[in-house]
Amino acid sequence: MAAAAAGAGSGPWAAQEKQFPPALLSFFIYNPRFGPREGQEENKILFYHPNEVEKNEKIRNVGLCEAIVQFTRTFSPSKPAKSLHTQKNRQFFNEPEENFWMVMVVRNPIIEKQSKDGKPVIEYQEEELLDKVYSSVLRQCYSMYKLFNGTFLKAMEDGGVKLLKERLEKFFHRYLQTLHLQSCDLLDIFGGISFFPLDKMTYLKIQSFINRMEESLNIVKYTAFLYNDQLIWSGLEQDDMRILYKYLTTSLFPRHIEPELAGRDSPIRAEMPGNLQHYGRFLTGPLNLNDPDAKCRFPKIFVNTDDTYEELHLIVYKAMSAAVCFMIDGGPVKFSFEYCCSASHSKMNLTGIFCHDLPASVHPTLDFCRRLDSIVGPQLTVLASDICEQFNINKRMSGSEKEPQFKFIYFNHMNLAEKSTVHMRKTPSVSLTSVHPDLMKILGDINSDFTRVDEDEEIIVKAMSDYWVVGKKSDRRELYVILNQKNANLIEVNEEVKKLCATQFNNIFFLD
Amino acid sequence: MGEEDYYLELCERPVQFEKANPVNCVFFDEANKQVFAVRSGGATGVVVKGPDDRNPISFRMDDKGEVKCIKFSLENKILAVQRTSKTVDFCNFIPDNSQLEYTQECKTKNANILGFCWTSSTEIVFITDQGIEFYQVLPEKRSLKLLKSHNLNVNWYMYCPESAVILLSTTVLENVLQPFHFRFPPKQAGTMSKLPKFEIELPAAPKSTKPSLSERDIAMATIYGQLYVLFLRHHSRTSNSTGAEVVLYHLPREGACKKMHILKLNRTGKFALNVVDNLVVVHHQDTETSVIFDIKLRGEFDGSVTFHHPVLPARSIQPYQIPITGPAAVTSQSPVPCKLYSSSWIVFQPDIIISASQGYLWNLQVKLEPIVNLLPDKGRLMDFLLQRKECKMVILSVCSQMLSESDRASLPVIATVFDKLNHEYKKYLDAEQSYAMAVEAGQSRSSPLLKRPVRTQAVLDQSDVYTHVLSAFVEKKEMPHKFVIAVLMEYIRSLNQFQIAVQHYLHELVIKTLVQHNLFYMLHQFLQYHVLSDSKPLACLLLSLESFYPPAHQLSLDMLKRLSTANDEIVEVLLSKHQVLAALRFIRGIGGHDNISARKFLDAAKQTEDNMLFYTIFRFFEQRNQRLRGSPNFTPGEHCEEHVAFFKQIFGDQALMRPTTF
Repeated sequence: MAAAAAGAGSGPWAAQEKQFPPALLSFFIYNPRFGPREGQEENKILFYHPNEVEKNEKIRNVGLCEAIVQFTRTFSPSKPAKSLHTQKNRQFFNEPEENFWMVMVVRNPIIEKQSKDGKPVIEYQEEELLDKVYSSVLRQCYSMYKLFNGTFLKAMEDGGVKLLKERLEKFFHRYLQTLHLQSCDLLDIFGGISFFPLDKMTYLKIQSFINRMEESLNIVKYTAFLYNDQLIWSGLEQDDMRILYKYLTTSLFPRHIEPELAGRDSPIRAEMPGNLQHYGRFLTGPLNLNDPDAKCRFPKIFVNTDDTYEELHLIVYKAMSAAVCFMIDGGPVKFSFEYCCSASHSKMNLTGIFCHDLPASVHPTLDFCRRLDSIVGPQLTVLASDICEQFNINKRMSGSEKEPQFKFIYFNHMNLAEKSTVHMRKTPSVSLTSVHPDLMKILGDINSDFTRVDEDEEIIVKAMSDYWVVGKKSDRRELYVILNQKNANLIEVNEEVKKLCATQFNNIFFLD
Repeated sequence: MGEEDYYLELCERPVQFEKANPVNCVFFDEANKQVFAVRSGGATGVVVKGPDDRNPISFRMDDKGEVKCIKFSLENKILAVQRTSKTVDFCNFIPDNSQLEYTQECKTKNANILGFCWTSSTEIVFITDQGIEFYQVLPEKRSLKLLKSHNLNVNWYMYCPESAVILLSTTVLENVLQPFHFRFPPKQAGTMSKLPKFEIELPAAPKSTKPSLSERDIAMATIYGQLYVLFLRHHSRTSNSTGAEVVLYHLPREGACKKMHILKLNRTGKFALNVVDNLVVVHHQDTETSVIFDIKLRGEFDGSVTFHHPVLPARSIQPYQIPITGPAAVTSQSPVPCKLYSSSWIVFQPDIIISASQGYLWNLQVKLEPIVNLLPDKGRLMDFLLQRKECKMVILSVCSQMLSESDRASLPVIATVFDKLNHEYKKYLDAEQSYAMAVEAGQSRSSPLLKRPVRTQAVLDQSDVYTHVLSAFVEKKEMPHKFVIAVLMEYIRSLNQFQIAVQHYLHELVIKTLVQHNLFYMLHQFLQYHVLSDSKPLACLLLSLESFYPPAHQLSLDMLKRLSTANDEIVEVLLSKHQVLAALRFIRGIGGHDNISARKFLDAAKQTEDNMLFYTIFRFFEQRNQRLRGSPNFTPGEHCEEHVAFFKQIFGDQALMRPTTF
């Protein structure tokens, strides 16, 4: 078993060992059609990180990737190579849009040992990285780019290669710094969404709130609602929500935690007449509504790119632990029927239909932001405390908070629901896990096994160090359990997992 | 003013009687609601007409002097006629009893009879200027027996037959009212009980005039099941009030009378009161309009009294054409418009208007449809409508209207309306439930506390709203689907808020709408939070959606699992998906594997064309046979011969399990 070899040693040499985690070596995007002839190879390269690399080396690396992909295609025309394993690194290939290739090169983790003569010996750990994890990271890079920039093709249509290169440079320059390859794991494969558990009545209240807000702020096209960084409602389609959720929970929300903790955002704008005291504030857009020069610039996002290709402004507004995302039409105004009808009064309806001379794109103004703040703020504040109260009641009812004998990760491919008691709170830098990386690797291996077959199956692994790891797959759901029971045998472990399923998953059809 | 604006009307079929004239005297009896037309003191005929009996009672009686008062006892058993100030004459209308008149003189010396009231079919109260006398009539003996009497000075009296209360005006100012209540224990002589007397506060009047309480300004009526004394307090120039008001004194069965409500009329002049459908109607003769008050609607409470303003702007009673009947009318001209608010009108409680000069008796009625447009505040409109007797269709039309494209209400308003409907609905459900529980607990049905709750028209259940409002609403193509879904969710939210179990057809409506607009992910989220409650029909609906939305399969199985009564369905679903092993594991997990049909599973396994799977399933059943019957062979009743042959063909005879022999 691979994990056994990597088990943290406790021998006399352990102290002299130095470990280096996997790291990003390079990341590039190219399109072979852009420089098909000799001497034009440079034109293929749309983005290359690190930029300092000498031009010829860039061309060589791109050429190599191209060759590998072409070569492997002869064996499997529909599924060309996804990754290339070498002693020192691994390369991951992804073709998110036709002829646009993204390549990520990751250095294998290194252990530096002291040999007997005192010289350092470097040992590359070739088998440590999981293909699925890093392929997923690469795909996520594209999804994130697309969320904020639209497709590569769209950039080409809007302003040719030049614009595309600019956008790629602007986006990936910053994004790659946030990758943290050393802490990628099973959760990156899933790209799941954590849903906030809620009783029906509170959920309906939230529904009612969202519908009312969409009615009174009649330019809102979609709404998403989160509590405690967990999703409660998404008006967006699943795939778009998946990446937006990733952005919100790993980037936007963590950035705003610190000001919250510092108490800088206590109830505000009490001085504004007619405003009820509330805790609402914008996480995107204007920081201070009283400042007449406040900028009302909201990030643009692109959704439904395979279909209607919508350009939206993302307004994220938060009160206490409740965050609501309003997405309003940000592209050129299309006079779809639905747009006209989103007005709540029949009079507005008429202006919608007859008034063709609207500005080319709707921009949320400061007035709009103030209106939003005055309507949403007080209601969201009340709702947030309702949810909090309900959550505490449920927690009390579910009984003692005894530290369980197991940790688990659950994922449902159908609704992307993800639950992990392995991971601690996400921070912008790393996702902390409470178990040893070796165990995480076993989970990844089990997941790879699951991917190979379509049928339901169950895998039980006895790891070194007294841990049992159990993977179960049933009708597009996966459950991974890590048990720490000394001297337990297979039957007992099986019983434990059955018990866990009966308590945690009794309301779904999950075969034992 | 369009015709649709009138919210009060006179009933279509009035009671018609001969006009009052010097030879024809007309009397009205409030207890039986009968009009008596007495021609020439009865000698040329008495015609009695009630609102319900279309066949008038006609008879003759000797003219023994001017008739002052004439009334039948309840059920028209005995006729009482007062011709002098000392006596009342009686005549039996009971078959087999003598129809000879008999007479009763009032007991109190020197007293004058002001009038009399029947309190049952054989009990009568004489009101004299010196008190009241309560008699039992013995028709077979043609005599009366005094049951009880009470002495006090009486200025005038008033009788409310619905609550059997007589109110006597006493004292010089006439403003101290003494109520008496009459009870009728079954098959016993009635009892008379004296209630606490109370004083009506008279408005300050100029010193030159002696203030006094006029009989005309007092009415008694039952409003929302409670007896009230209504006092019309006229505008006094000395006080700074802005107009006349109606003061409502609550007269409880027990305890003291209490001033409760004040209805602000904001005008002065001549008024008349009616009570229709628990609404106080105040007619104003000067403007020939009327206003209505609803004491259940929120008013301004000052700590002891609630002040109310008219619910709606003042309107005239709907113009009325006098129907032309009789042979004389055939050739004559078009119907004559009736003079409304005529000074010859006499108003009786609760809802009677009589025009003695024209010979008509009408019931006043409230029309609800026009009110819908006169009350823009939908919440208040609902509060108002929900208290009315014939409200159901109007409320449903209000609901439809607020969801129509042209008159679309905002979501908060829609939510308020749904909440008000469901509040009423929940009250009824709770009453039903506690009734059912009481019956179950064995409480006797005759117990007065145990009454089956009455379902009024204000109880609009889910099927009403579904049938008359929502099903048509979701069909409207022009409605933005966002609004449709928001409305459906709002209704479901409201039901949940009142802890009313939502019917599955509402959930189906939501699903249908979402599916129509390809909003499967929304549907998925609703199901994830159990907003759409689990049920077998819903699970089947989801199964049928699998081809459009693959996750529906998982959702459906989850739902079936939670129902815990749908294990057979789960097995069927899994088998249909060729998940034979999963089906078997599931049924074994719940301990049902001894009772399943081997043939069904073997069929499904054979269909997969997976020989190893077939082998596994076959072996499982062989082992079951061994365990249950001591032999691995299938019995003929299991109809598995075909599968045994198939097994032999593939794996050979020797692969069959051998019976364990000892």
